[in-house]
Amino acid sequence: MRLREKLSWGSLTHLMPIAAVLVALLIGAVAMLILGTNPLIAFRALFVGAFGSFNAIADTIVKATPLAFVGIGICIAFRGGVLNIGGEGQLVVGALAATAVGLALASLPGWLLMPLCLIAGAVAGAIWGAIAGALKAYFRVNEILATIMLNYIAVNLMNFLLRGPMMDPLQVKLGSFIPQTARLPRSIDLPRLIPTRLHLGALIAVVLGVLVYIFLWRTTIGFRIRTVGRSPRAALGAGIPVKRYAILSLCLAGALAGLGGAIEVLGVHHRMFTDGSAFGFTGSAGFNGIVAALFSQLHPIAAIPSSFFLGALLTGANKMQRVVQVPSALIGALNGLIVLLVVASEIFRRRRIKRVDLNLDPPRAPGNEEDTQ
Amino acid sequence: MIGSVIIGIASSGIRLATPYLYAAIGETFGQLSGVLNLGVDGIMLMGAYAAFYTALRTGSLALGLLAAMIVGALLGLLMAFVSVTMKAEQGISGIGIYLFGLGLSELLFKKTLGTVETIRGFPRIHIPWLSDIPVIGRIFFQQNLLVYIAFALVPISWFVLNKTPLGLKIRAVGMNPEAADSLGVNVNRVRYAAVTLGGILSGIAGASLSIALLNVFQQNLTNGMGFIAVALVYFGGWRPLGLLGGALLFSLVNAFQLWIQVEGIINIPSDFALMMPYVITILVLAAMARRRVNAPTALNKPFDRGG
Repeated sequence: MRLREKLSWGSLTHLMPIAAVLVALLIGAVAMLILGTNPLIAFRALFVGAFGSFNAIADTIVKATPLAFVGIGICIAFRGGVLNIGGEGQLVVGALAATAVGLALASLPGWLLMPLCLIAGAVAGAIWGAIAGALKAYFRVNEILATIMLNYIAVNLMNFLLRGPMMDPLQVKLGSFIPQTARLPRSIDLPRLIPTRLHLGALIAVVLGVLVYIFLWRTTIGFRIRTVGRSPRAALGAGIPVKRYAILSLCLAGALAGLGGAIEVLGVHHRMFTDGSAFGFTGSAGFNGIVAALFSQLHPIAAIPSSFFLGALLTGANKMQRVVQVPSALIGALNGLIVLLVVASEIFRRRRIKRVDLNLDPPRAPGNEEDTQ
Repeated sequence: MIGSVIIGIASSGIRLATPYLYAAIGETFGQLSGVLNLGVDGIMLMGAYAAFYTALRTGSLALGLLAAMIVGALLGLLMAFVSVTMKAEQGISGIGIYLFGLGLSELLFKKTLGTVETIRGFPRIHIPWLSDIPVIGRIFFQQNLLVYIAFALVPISWFVLNKTPLGLKIRAVGMNPEAADSLGVNVNRVRYAAVTLGGILSGIAGASLSIALLNVFQQNLTNGMGFIAVALVYFGGWRPLGLLGGALLFSLVNAFQLWIQVEGIINIPSDFALMMPYVITILVLAAMARRRVNAPTALNKPFDRGG
């Protein structure tokens, strides 16, 4: 009886994010009707755009890859109790660092330079995250505000570097001054998996999703991070240096996003460029990664399929824009709604937890609770 | 020469403070009641769009302003529903509102306007007698209506927060919701009211950009001003007067920075100048860390009556 009740509640709450997406898509359909578009035709275009061909599926995965990196990082940060909204900035600084290293050390052989670039990206992202972490730990600056401000700072830094010191010498010589760097050496292009745009980055994301899961649930440091996130007071009582762990969580989240930025450069663009905003380079992956993480209920492995799903929405939206002239910004608005619906549905999960607590289940071994989430 | 430059900077500084004042005063009400609304930027964008589109189509600035207030109220209600009734994590709900407003305003812009158009916004009003005072007149009393209202809101909101039963309820609900509840205050209703009021003011903040200061609308018009407004609330120590100081300091620095750029006095790359507001915001937040006496203690905490 008790088991059945738990099961039914459990399966219900796990369907919440999916219900949230369905509701959001329904609202999107109503919005399309108001805008005078047949939603069925629009959604068909979206589906074909995302899955209609080999190339479409490959593009979906390529689009999903940076979301997965940011999303996996967000799983660490949010579980550690720090709300990292800095994915955009961390992607940008990671990409900048990877590009700078790739251009500066272009004479190195590819097998050495490629990992150096990726490491540079991860380190830059980690530093960008750690700044916000230190501000939170030692100056009590709200990390949401700090990471958002760091996003804008990263964008201006990128614009400065690409219009100045890092601009492609050819652009300067020709006098066209397009704000982009020179192309990186071909020896560090990430290998393509099949003859499409699909590159190795997607595979790295999947591996990292599994590694982060193991890290969070099977290591002491991971357990401490989650303890700090669940109850900072209990963590303090247990002698965990809470401040340092908050910095660590943001650092790791930043490292993952920074690596995602580096992979975006090495796998897709092979150079860094700017249209003046963050969006031009990131395509809002820093924000959409948050949506992916929330959609996966902060589970790093589940973040992979949920990134894939959001990647499909984003890729399909471009097709939809061409076919039925519904601006792809619609997906941005729907993503906002998904966030609201998912966090609002948390109340049901909390009710469930309270119910289970009242049942006085025997305490499980530390590190194993939440395994099924 | 120097005199007119200073007057110019001060006058545009006062003008630039307007959207920050509206948004930050609105956010102050919400935060004092215990709700951190990080969706201000998204609400501002929707308000700016609604005001611009309505004013462009009807030719009435008043209707435009009204549209911004309605849109702001609706988004404020949505935020209140998610964070008060559904007790969702406030920080993330705000980001949801932000993404929603950012996406929807871009969608509507592309669908209904398509290109960047300009509009004749609120005209400057020369206040009789006062605008003739040398220096001061040109700085303070030759602005548009929304600027005057923004500055009038500072003492008004101070009065409401400190001298009226409503203000007392708002602060009580943010400081000690259990005690307020036991005294018969409907905690959730007060929070709904405060957050919705915040939404309305954020909507006006957006309108002040699109139909009074810049007189254009384009995607992501605010470029993070809403987040800076939230930071100003911390800077002001949750007091309208402190807010005014913060907003003025911020916008004067900004106006000065713009002037330096236009005149090319010191050759700072413009990207660094553009970066400054965000750097200053972080530094200010860090510097304010120890001055948290007025902080609403129940900020970010949903109220659960009787567990």
